[in-house]
Amino acid sequence: MTETPAYDLECHGISKSFGSVRAVKDVSFNIPSGSFFSILGPSGCGKTTLMRMIAGFEEPSGGDIRIKGKSVLGTPPNRRNVKMVFQHLALFPMMNVFENIAYGLRCRGASNDEIKRRVQDVLERIALPDVGGREIHQLSGGQKQRIAIARCMVLDPDVLLLDEPLGALDLKLREAMKIELKLLQHQFNTTFIYITHDQSEALVMSDHVAIMNDGNFEQIGTPQALYHRPNTAFVAGFVGDSNRWSGKVTASDGTGGTVETAQGLTMQFTAGGGLRIGEGEAVEIFVRPEFINTVRAADAAAAPGDNHMDGVVDSLLFNGANSRVLVRSQTGELIEADVTLTGDGDLAPGEAVRLSWSAQHAMCFPRSGDA
Amino acid sequence: MVQKDVRRLTLILLFAPFAMWIALLIIVPHIGMVALSLREKVAPRVYEFGLGNYIDFINEPIYWNTLLRTGSMSLLVTALALLIGFPIAYYIAKIAGNRTRGALFLLCLIPLWVSDLIRAFGWILLLRETGVISTFLQWSGLVSGPIEFLYNDVTVIIGLVYTVILFMIVPLVSTLDGMDDSLVEAGYNLGGSGFTVLRRIIVPYAMPGIVSGCIVVFMLTAGSYLTPILLGGKNSSWFTEQIYDQFITRFNWESGAAFGFLLLAFTSTVIWLGLKLSGQTLANTVAKS
Repeated sequence: MTETPAYDLECHGISKSFGSVRAVKDVSFNIPSGSFFSILGPSGCGKTTLMRMIAGFEEPSGGDIRIKGKSVLGTPPNRRNVKMVFQHLALFPMMNVFENIAYGLRCRGASNDEIKRRVQDVLERIALPDVGGREIHQLSGGQKQRIAIARCMVLDPDVLLLDEPLGALDLKLREAMKIELKLLQHQFNTTFIYITHDQSEALVMSDHVAIMNDGNFEQIGTPQALYHRPNTAFVAGFVGDSNRWSGKVTASDGTGGTVETAQGLTMQFTAGGGLRIGEGEAVEIFVRPEFINTVRAADAAAAPGDNHMDGVVDSLLFNGANSRVLVRSQTGELIEADVTLTGDGDLAPGEAVRLSWSAQHAMCFPRSGDA
Repeated sequence: MVQKDVRRLTLILLFAPFAMWIALLIIVPHIGMVALSLREKVAPRVYEFGLGNYIDFINEPIYWNTLLRTGSMSLLVTALALLIGFPIAYYIAKIAGNRTRGALFLLCLIPLWVSDLIRAFGWILLLRETGVISTFLQWSGLVSGPIEFLYNDVTVIIGLVYTVILFMIVPLVSTLDGMDDSLVEAGYNLGGSGFTVLRRIIVPYAMPGIVSGCIVVFMLTAGSYLTPILLGGKNSSWFTEQIYDQFITRFNWESGAAFGFLLLAFTSTVIWLGLKLSGQTLANTVAKS
């Protein structure tokens, strides 16, 4: 990130309390112009409150919000050039599509000619040029979605907020809309802030993702960074799937060493997030299924990696290219590993296998209470 | 087969009370009234079929003046009830918390537990020459002599608004309750001022409730008898009073029946006009709330 005032949105130490409950705790972040930024977190983590503060529906208890470098504290929501796509879209049912999109322009006092031109223009950009005369209830879910975005984009906002707008759609449509949203964002070249609890939405669409938990940002980074180099145990556990152990470090040089899990397994680990982990610390170890190599026990000698574990295939979870195998280890726990099932000579339940993974992929974090 | 018969029997049994109510208390009496109103008295105990009662109404300005007066004052009462009731309904439905909402609704309902008559007498106690307000004003030295607040149009309108406002609030609350808060927020978010949001979003959304409340309130007001008589006295010239006079004082049932029908036709026309003007239908207003 550069130091030029190229940030569409800057938040400095934003916090919000409801009575004694602190919903958002001292959150700071900057969003560069024209990027797709997601805030990802479990429900109740404060992400909706944060967004409502940016939109102006809630006043922060502390901190500053700047849009295009100008503080908007005390500016009412209708004077902020931040538009929002609501969770249930909030299209006005008593107006048709044209009037829904024209509403914001009319509020600005635009002339009828200008309104007509701009509404038609935005309808063409979302590839729905002929729906202007339709009523809202005549639209499909995906069309409503696009109209809700068009209704905001016609006003050229500095920032567009999206509050889990895909939640109400069925799976197929949701997958399609993910790609479409990304394309729309490119087309409009406006900063999108996307709030979601669905990590695949955040990872697929975003340039940057902030992981939010319990009112704090745990980590901000590119989707790849969050996935491969999580800073905290929460991020490692929340983003993507992981096999998870807890254990105690038996030997360490600070950045890596040996750990013994509660089940009695010893493995080589790497300290996650650039942390230093000393000997004797209670830790959690995360290993992603795709980094675990599975070979039949007969070929055990060929298994690469620093860590090994023998077990028996408990079941196969077939899901095309994302198929998985569940292996029951000698100590009785179930471990997930990704496998390629070709339909020919695949593993079968009951077979003895050896799992292996490298120390680099066994990320270790100090145990942090309940995370 | 048996099951089909049972189902049909259930339907008939469930429907019977309603059908009997409609038939015996609404349709039959009204047919009787129509027949009665179309009878002309030509000599003692001699009657002829004819429109004489309706012609009398048209020829006598005091009759249709009273009807027009009743109509216009009822419209005023409806408008006032809407103006006062809408903010109350909005507060109950959208701003009050869950617990206060119940309490407020109950507060609105409490006056209904007391009969119309008692409530009207309550107003009389407050407003008459020797009533609470007059006495208080004299005691505080603001006026020198007793003041009569009763028996004028303002009092009648206040009394009527008070009696009917609940029937405006209830349908409004139920319509506004169904409105997603995010619609209002979206209205602000897209740049609307408070007034724009009210005019373009809240009122259009609440239109079915507004129209249904207005219809009920207008009907109740135009057809009310006790409040105008007790609070307005002889000056009230309410049309229901004319009907009462024809039936009871003059013992002219034929004319009374004709007046009754004219009132029904008049209010129905006003409501039809109102529905046409607001672009609503009975099906999506009264039938819904």
